[in-house]
Formats: sequence, C-alpha cells, structure tokens
Amino acid sequence: MSEVTVRKQKIKKDTVRIRLILFGSLALLLLLCSIFSDYLTPYDPYLQDLGNAKAPPSAAHLFGTDRYGRDMLSRVIVGSRTSIYSTLLLVGIVTALGTAVGVFCGWHGKWIDTVLMRISDMFLAFPGLVFAMAVAGVLGGGLQNAIIALAAISWPKYARIARSQTLAQKETPWLKAALLSGSGTWKILFKHVLPNIIGPILVTSMLDIGTMMMELAGLSFLGLGAKPPTAEWGSMMSDTRSLLTTRPWVTLAPGFAIFVSVMIFNLLGDTIRDYADPKSRRR
Amino acid sequence: MDELLRYDHVDISYNGVQVVKDLSFVVSPGEILGIVGESGSGKSTLIKAAMGLLGSSGLVTRGDIWYKGKNLPDLSPAELRRLNGPELAMIFQYAGSSFCPIRTVGAQLYESMTEHEAISREQFRACAGSLLEKLGFEDPGRILASYPFELSGGMQQRIGIAAAMLLNPGVLFADEPTSALDVSVQKQVVEEMLLVRRTFGTAIVLVTHNIGVIGAMADKVLVMRNGETVEYGETGQVLNRPREAYTRLLMSAVPRLRR
Amino acid sequence: MKRYILQRFLQLIPVLIGITFLSFAMMRIAGSDAITELYGGKGAVAQEIIDQKRAELGLDRPFVEQYFSWLGGMLTGDMGTSYVSGRDVFKTFVSKLPATLLLTALSILATVLISIPLGVLAAVRHDRFTDYLLRFLSFIGNSLPNFFVALLLMQVLSIRLGWLPVISSGTGFKSAVMPTLTLAIAMSAKYMRQVRATVLEELNKDYVTGAQARGVRGRVILWRSVLKASMLTIITLLALSIGSLLGGTAIIESIFMWDGVGKLAVDAITMRDYPLIQAYVVWMAIIYVLVNLVTDLLYHALDPRIRLGVSR
Repeated sequence: MSEVTVRKQKIKKDTVRIRLILFGSLALLLLLCSIFSDYLTPYDPYLQDLGNAKAPPSAAHLFGTDRYGRDMLSRVIVGSRTSIYSTLLLVGIVTALGTAVGVFCGWHGKWIDTVLMRISDMFLAFPGLVFAMAVAGVLGGGLQNAIIALAAISWPKYARIARSQTLAQKETPWLKAALLSGSGTWKILFKHVLPNIIGPILVTSMLDIGTMMMELAGLSFLGLGAKPPTAEWGSMMSDTRSLLTTRPWVTLAPGFAIFVSVMIFNLLGDTIRDYADPKSRRR
Repeated sequence: MDELLRYDHVDISYNGVQVVKDLSFVVSPGEILGIVGESGSGKSTLIKAAMGLLGSSGLVTRGDIWYKGKNLPDLSPAELRRLNGPELAMIFQYAGSSFCPIRTVGAQLYESMTEHEAISREQFRACAGSLLEKLGFEDPGRILASYPFELSGGMQQRIGIAAAMLLNPGVLFADEPTSALDVSVQKQVVEEMLLVRRTFGTAIVLVTHNIGVIGAMADKVLVMRNGETVEYGETGQVLNRPREAYTRLLMSAVPRLRR
Repeated sequence: MKRYILQRFLQLIPVLIGITFLSFAMMRIAGSDAITELYGGKGAVAQEIIDQKRAELGLDRPFVEQYFSWLGGMLTGDMGTSYVSGRDVFKTFVSKLPATLLLTALSILATVLISIPLGVLAAVRHDRFTDYLLRFLSFIGNSLPNFFVALLLMQVLSIRLGWLPVISSGTGFKSAVMPTLTLAIAMSAKYMRQVRATVLEELNKDYVTGAQARGVRGRVILWRSVLKASMLTIITLLALSIGSLLGGTAIIESIFMWDGVGKLAVDAITMRDYPLIQAYVVWMAIIYVLVNLVTDLLYHALDPRIRLGVSR
C-alpha cells in the first residue's frame, strides 16, 4: 500500500498582543509628549522673531517658522497639550454622562426611561456636526463651549449602549440574588452592574477618540473652538491659511500632527476592540 | 466489493488544531453509512472535507479521500466544484439557510443546474418538476416560486434533499438532516432519504448524533469520539452487540425511532 | 406595507416637533444675546430701543407661544429675516440649497463609485495583500480631518500643479472637483470598511456554503446572491453616513468658497445671525430625517422577507 499523503497547513498568527503593546506605547508616548510639552519644545512657542518670519523648514526649525517668526515645531508640540487634553476630556465627559443616563434609564425603567430615550432618539435624528456647530456658535465659541457642543450630540450613543447592557445585567441570576439578599441600590450599581457593563462602553470610547479629536479640531478650524493665540492644531491651521499658497508648511504641519495622533488613537482603539472581542478579529 | 468512496487514514485540522484523527472507511454504491457521535466529535468536518467546504482555516493535513479514482483533497477548487452537484451533494442541518434568503428556491435550483450543464429555463422546469413529483411533492410550481423562509422546517429539509438530487449524484452527504425537526417530521425526512436511495441508487453518508435515525436507515455504522473511530461495522452488529463501552453509552442515552 | 409607510410617517411627527423645539429653544436661550449682538459695539443703546426691538422680534412673549408662532411661520415658509442682511431667511436659504444638494449628490456618487467596488474587492480578497492594502488606505483616510484634506488638495492640485482654481467661481465642473473629492475621500474611507464588513459577514453565511455544495462558482455566488443580499445593508449604511456628510459640507463649502447653505451657515454662525442658523439646523435635520425615512422604506421594498410580510 502506498504512503499516506501529508499536507502542510499554514496557520495565521494572532498579532493582537503585539499590536496592543505597540500602539499602546505609541499612544502613551503621545500622552507623555503632551504632558511634558513645555520641556520638549526647542524654542519658546510664543516667542516672536520677526527677522526670521516665514522661514522654510531647516535644521534649526524643522517645520519652519510662522508669520511672526515663531518656531512651528514648538507650536505643534505645545498644541498637542490643548488638542489631546481637550479630546480626552470630551471623551471622558461623554462616556461618564452617557453611561450615567443609560444605567439610570435601564435600572429605573418606567416613564423616566421612556422620556430620556425619546430625547436621545431626537438627538440621534440630528445630523451631529450640524447641531454641534450651531450649539458652539450660539454659545459663542471657545474651547469649553466646543466641548459642551460635541458632548451634547455624542452622549446618546453611550446612553443606548449602557442602557441595553444594564437591562441585560438586570436579568442575570447573580444580580437577582444580590437584590434578594437586600443589598442597597448604589452598592449593586457600583459593585455588580457597572463593572460588568463598562467593558463595551470603554471600547466604544476608545474607538471614538480619533473621531472626537477631528471634530474638535474642525470646530476650532471654523473659529468655534480654541482661539488664538492658544496653540491648538485646528485653530493654528485656520489662523495660517493665508500662508498656504506661499508657505504651505506653516499651515500643513499642525494638520500632520492631527493626522498622526488620530491614526495612533484609531489603531489603538481597533486593537482594543479586537482584544476585547475575539470574534471581530476575523473581520 | 466495488467501492465508490474511500477515506484513507484522514487527519483534519482547523488552524493547527486536529479535529479528525486517522479515520478510514469505505462506501459502496447505493450503500448508507451512518456516522454517529456527540456534537464536537468531528463528524461534520469529515463530510465537509470531501466537498472542499472546510473554509480557509481547515485542511485535510494527512490521508486521502478517494472518489471514483480521484483524490478529493488534492483537486483544485475548480475541479472540485465541477464534482459538487453531479457527483457529490450535501443536505444541511438547516437546509433552509443553505439557500439565499432573498431569492426564490427555483431561481437557485436553476442556477445550480446551469452551472453544470447547458439547460434552458423550460427544460429546467420540466426536469425539476418531474424530480419533485418523484420525491412526492404536491405542488412543485408553488414550491419553486417560493422564498426559502416561506416553507415549513420539514419542507425546507425535503427541498434540500431535492436540490441535492437535482443532478443525480453518486454520494449524498447528510449533515444532521433531521436534528432540527420535530419527531413526526423527522420520520418524513428519513422516508424521503430512503426513497432517494430506492429511486436513484444513491449512496448516503449520514452524520448524526441520533442513533435512532441510524438504526432506521444505515447499512453500516461508524461510531466517532473526539475525532477518532470507536467502532465500525454492520449496523445490526454494532447496534445489537456493541463491542465498545462508549457505543453502549451512546445507545442508552438516545431514545429509539421506530420505523 | 401601506400601513407601515403610514406608521413611519406618523412616527415622524414627534421627531420633527422635537427637532424644531430643540433648535428653537437653543436659539431662544441665546436670544437675549442676539439683541446685545445686534447693537454690540454701537455704544450705549437706550433700554427703550432694546425693548422695542425685542417686541418687534417677538422676544417679549411667553416661550411656548413664541415657539408655535415660529413653527407656524416655518410651515408657511416664513422664517423671519436675517439679523445681518435684513433679507428673508427662507428665500436666502432656498436660493443656496441647490448648490449644496449638487455637492452632496456628487460626493455620494463619488463615494459609491469608489468604495463599493473597493469594499467588495477587499472582502473577496480577505486577508490577502489587496485586502491589507485597501484596509491600510482606508485607515489613512479615516484619520485625515476633512479640512486638512481640503488644504492638502488645494496645495497639490491648485498651487503646485495648477490644474484647478484655488477657490470656486460659481458651481462649474472645475470648481466642484476639489470639494467633491475632499468629501468623498473621508466618506469613502469609512464607508469602504463598512461595505467590506457587510460583504464578509454575508460571505460567511450558510447559504454561501450551500451554493458551494451545489457546485455554483464563487463568482456567481458573489454577484447573484451575496451582493444582492449585502445591498440592503449597504444602502442603509450609506443613508446613515449622510448625516456626517451634511455636517462636513459646511466646513468644506466655506474652505472652497462654494456658495451653498453650508457656507451660509458658517457665515451666519460667525455673525451670530440666529434666524439663519435656526433655518439651517431645522432644514438639515428635516432633510436627514427624510433621507433616513426613504432609505428605510426602500429597504422594506427590497427585502422579500419584509415585503411578503413574513416575520422572522
């Protein structure tokens, strides 16, 4: 009888751990850069040097200088603080607010649930950015108001996730047991419900960091967010738009900074989703 | 004895994890082989391997599956596709979901046929109509014009059998064909498969965890556990005088289906 | 089906009331500012003049009454006059709308032409080089803010290469290229991923295995079954992404000086021209809601499971 055939199988490696470490450290690096931005700038970002204005990129000024002779690299580095901080603050607010509303609705039920969910439907029926622009415009611009405007349009998504998760938790036997054993509502919410529902919510917020960063920068670009002289990437770009024809690096450098940061957060978000939900890895 | 299909020391792995180990058996023309085992014992994988339906992560890592002188695991996808239908056919546990939900059953049967032979719509209608009548369907026209979800579970299963028989294949693989059905409907489907063998002389490889169905249909039985053969032989012998403790255990766990 | 359409229309009423009320309330909360804004920078203005102006604009009446008179006006095409130009808001808005609709339609067309073929291709070539390349490109597109894309395109296509005018003059073809491209890039990047995921999910369904077992060629399964089944989801996703497109047009129109409602809105926001902002928000929301409604009805008309009234 002839030899039995043997075939070699190629096995796909699962890279999620490596990616998690890689993109996690990149994001951490970005955060560190924004925290210690004051110490990392080669020049004073607000120091004007009119003699050396609009200089093209060189060894001394990697991104060149703007119309007041301020070093663009230093300004981009300092801008990271405003841009990244405000984005993380925004994501934090939206996550906390949405989760609180969602858990409350899911737990309490009855008419309050109906009312709040109808309101969130209403917000979801709006084209988000249009509404945010109007809110920011009415509130009169400024970084704080831009954050409020974007938070106002973004919470319903989180409220829906938190609500459906809470409803699912309410049906679990261990929660029914905890209720029967007479634990207080707050204790149950914080010890049993929240730890079990926070995973999917945090994954969603990680995935949203990039989008929120772009939306915030967009509002700033329209003059509805951070205002000059505060170094913020979006407003820096609109501020220097007139230089695009002759000194493109001044306008485009902050844009690349936004792009790179958004990319890092998006990569991290995707990886965390893959890590949390192995099923999505096949997609 | 002439053989139609032979599994020869077959190993199958998914992503490097072995699910079927060193399995061998032979099926003659018109014979019914029952493969029985718990869920997860690798029995479905076994028949999917013959038809190239393991997907990108599954592979026959060792051994051969011979059908009419061809070694199935070594055929190119295009060659294998040409065998699927006229030579090898399959019935699924949920036959309804083996049809695209937004197209009519008739359109999909016609498509399957035209993939193998040049046939006009009229010829197809006559051919499918006579097949459905032979298999005891009452209103072939209405069934062909239906969407899969419009048919009952038992009807979906029977139309799955009809679809498999469209090109008169040599072997019919049946993957838990009765497991999703009520007991009364199970009987209909079993009768249908026996009718297929009587009418067309098709060999059937029947995979199930239901020993009752095996007893009612199979000529030979192969008992599987964790991807390995426990016992293999004539049905009467294996079911009436099981040699292995595991076979006895399986038999005591399942109620019998009487013919 | 008829009952369903009626039901959907009835559901629309509370949503529309909510949207209009929300926009109205938002503007009115800032309404007192409007008067200050109107006379801001003109020195001290007598309280009488302010009061008179308030009465003229109807700001002294009760809130709910103001809302209903405003809503009544909206329904009859009377949306007040612009604080800045003094012109009729509705007429101004309607005169700018075609330009925006043109830009939106062009961007959607470009998006559909780019992302559906590429998304399907990536799904079919799953986990192979083409798939990785396309995913990488879509990732880059997803991380680019649209105003940055706009400026990059301007820098490369107009300034460096001189192919296109820097700012649009009118709504001709050459002026439309860059704004359309900008909007289509951002939208395609996101949409391509969704198309890919949808097709992949469809490819993993049992009926694909079923058709393979019947010996149907992969190409035929893809074109006749998988794509047809995916289209339902793909259309819905497209409609959902129109929301972000509507917001995106505002920034892009004002960058490229495209004379549509988006630019009008950005100018109005900068000038705090409340009646105009209000008109913009309400109309954009109404358009968005209507687009979603039409999509939903289309979805129902296309899916035989729903069309034939079989619930599953």
